Amino acid sequence: MKKLMLGNEAVARGVYEAGATVATAYPGTPSTEITENIAKYNDIYSEWSPNEKVALEVAIGASISGARSICSMKHVGLNVAADPLFTVSYTGVNGGLVIMVADDPGMHSSQNEQDSRFYARASKVPMLEPSDSQECKDFVKKAFEISEEFDCPVLVRLSTRIAHSQSIVEIEDKTEYKIKEYKKNFDKYVMMPAMARKRHVEVERRQDLLKKYSNITDLNTIEWRSKDIGIITSGVAYQYSKEVFPSASFLKIGVVYPLPEAMINEFAKKVKELYVVEELEPFFENQIKKMGIKVKGKELLPVMGELSARILREKLLNEYTLSETKINEIIPARPPVMCPGCPHRGMYYVLKKLKLTVSGDIGCYTLGALPPTESMDTCICMGASIGVAHGMEKARGKEFGKKTVAVLGDSTFIHSGITSLIDIVYNKGNSTVIILDNSITGMTGHQHNPTTGFTIKGEVTRQVDLVKLANAVGIDRVRVVDPFDIVEFEKVVREEINADQPSVIISQRPCALLKHVKFEGALKINTEKCRMCKKCLSVGCPAIVDKGDRIEVNGALCVGCMLCTKVCSFDSFEKAGDING
Amino acid sequence: MDKLNVMLVGVGGQGTLLASRVLGNVAIKKDFDVKVSEVHGMSQRGGSVVTYVKFGKKIYSPLIEKGEADIIIAFEQLEALRWLEYLKEGGRLIINEQKIDPMPVITGKAKYPENILEKIKANYHNSISVDALAIAKECGNIKAVNIVLLGLLASSTDIKKSVWIEAMKEVIPVKLFDVNMKAFEAGYNLK
Repeated sequence: MKKLMLGNEAVARGVYEAGATVATAYPGTPSTEITENIAKYNDIYSEWSPNEKVALEVAIGASISGARSICSMKHVGLNVAADPLFTVSYTGVNGGLVIMVADDPGMHSSQNEQDSRFYARASKVPMLEPSDSQECKDFVKKAFEISEEFDCPVLVRLSTRIAHSQSIVEIEDKTEYKIKEYKKNFDKYVMMPAMARKRHVEVERRQDLLKKYSNITDLNTIEWRSKDIGIITSGVAYQYSKEVFPSASFLKIGVVYPLPEAMINEFAKKVKELYVVEELEPFFENQIKKMGIKVKGKELLPVMGELSARILREKLLNEYTLSETKINEIIPARPPVMCPGCPHRGMYYVLKKLKLTVSGDIGCYTLGALPPTESMDTCICMGASIGVAHGMEKARGKEFGKKTVAVLGDSTFIHSGITSLIDIVYNKGNSTVIILDNSITGMTGHQHNPTTGFTIKGEVTRQVDLVKLANAVGIDRVRVVDPFDIVEFEKVVREEINADQPSVIISQRPCALLKHVKFEGALKINTEKCRMCKKCLSVGCPAIVDKGDRIEVNGALCVGCMLCTKVCSFDSFEKAGDING
Repeated sequence: MDKLNVMLVGVGGQGTLLASRVLGNVAIKKDFDVKVSEVHGMSQRGGSVVTYVKFGKKIYSPLIEKGEADIIIAFEQLEALRWLEYLKEGGRLIINEQKIDPMPVITGKAKYPENILEKIKANYHNSISVDALAIAKECGNIKAVNIVLLGLLASSTDIKKSVWIEAMKEVIPVKLFDVNMKAFEAGYNLK
């Protein structure tokens, strides 16, 4: 049967068809839908883990004990999971172990655009890269086989345009996979120096075998056409290249590490001009050049951002298509914003008012860095807000610390904020940490986490008690406050930043997009009462618009969260009456 | 019709994704190769969003380049203007008359361009605008704007109405189907 599937959904189907039974992940764009879709298969145990390191460790445990398992994450997640990755390369596997990593060239939803192919080389783990949804499914199934045949984990790399594009997939039946026997094997699974030294020898031996395999597997293919131009490429770059060079010959790389060197040699010899087309770093190019082959690649193509057919046409063929509109108009940008009714808006209103230095983190609330709130000073990586605030205080002293807060979400706090909170207590810091408890992991599209009380399959589970957790690590001052009660929120923040000990403020209000969250319905402005003081604009709500001569509420956007009514001094907002929706 | 490039542009949260998925399923039913490129994550939060739907005999790149779109469905006026250069010569433009001010306009740092519809219609003759929000409201759910526009698109292709309805059934949840069906009919009969 044919089905239109997202790359991520096709990966999930491949996991199911391969008979895998354990799947773990921490959500992250563009990888999230892999595990969301796996969780729909009843016979696969699935979990949102607290972070990527834990996710990979759980998958390793499942593999060692005999099951086929998969662990999924975005590119920066692999940084978090790098520790177990480098050592599971030594131990190898029992049941097949596949690690999905989704890169985000162009940074649609990421803080950097690192190229995760380097992890494959650094950890000596083979890596595959599909170029459409059908290959997503096929390659994942193949990855389980390679993992078991060569006794190693296998990385499968996606990029945004593969993960988040839908294309046609041929659905097949599940192949039954019998869980392998578990035998205690000290030499293989206990990586103390004496055993690890022996395993490293195995890793190098495996490298030789994998290099040979890369030359014979049908994951790497040559498409012969005209030999004037030859193109070595992979993933979505293959698709762009096919569009621009329909009559060229292609070496399409499916095993991006280790490269099929013999195949590359053969291909290079037969074509007149050789291009390497790859997104981000010259990963193929440098290796191919090292083989003594002359190629053109990054001297013409960018190392930043995504490629496209247009970029290839311009940079490789010097063909510029003139596309100009017939209308000359300055078009204002439309950056993402916090949604109408977003609980974070109340908090930022207060932080901006108090002119605090805000050490930020990764989530919807990072949007608080943009106008009009502009209340964030730093954003580095998951969980960094707390450590950064602590470092600022240690560098600039207690008084500076009293004008600084760390801001991070509930899921981010569990991911990797808790260890930094312990650091503050242990090393006598004084920081104030605001945890935004909105009852969900928001930015990635509503995933459960240890603080929500539900599992990935929607089963009720024990909920982490953030107050008790903070108390237990030594925070005596823990306050829980509703960010829409801006008077109380401001009072609490003032008290806690001035306290002579570290504190945690839990800003508690559910995400406005959650189904159970109900508001009053759209508001409108009573123009007779409104004095145009524009104070309401400072909350930064996309539904409140300055029309020059009047303030207007966009009734199609306003949900009626009432935050603006708390800021308005003239009681000018009132219910709009019946607008359905 | 042997190939079609459709872009759905709008503001995150307007339902462009769902509409593009219906379109993708229509393509499958007509035995085309098809690719739909979506937007997830940060830019979904009220930002400018675009999805590409391409179908034909064999589709490689999931993206549509400037000057390649046969049809652009703009869910918002300013977004229609923003993506105009993607429309091919003589391409069809379907615009929802809704206006949503972006943050730079809200904060007074930029101005929302005036008379967008008039300017577009004067220069792009194959364009049409509708108040899909009002129509959706009449049908019983303001969120059905996307399906009203899809109905209008359907009426300007030579693909049978029944194919569209079948494709909708595969994507739209059962309990929302009736109101969306109404919205589709309303859009379809606008022509």
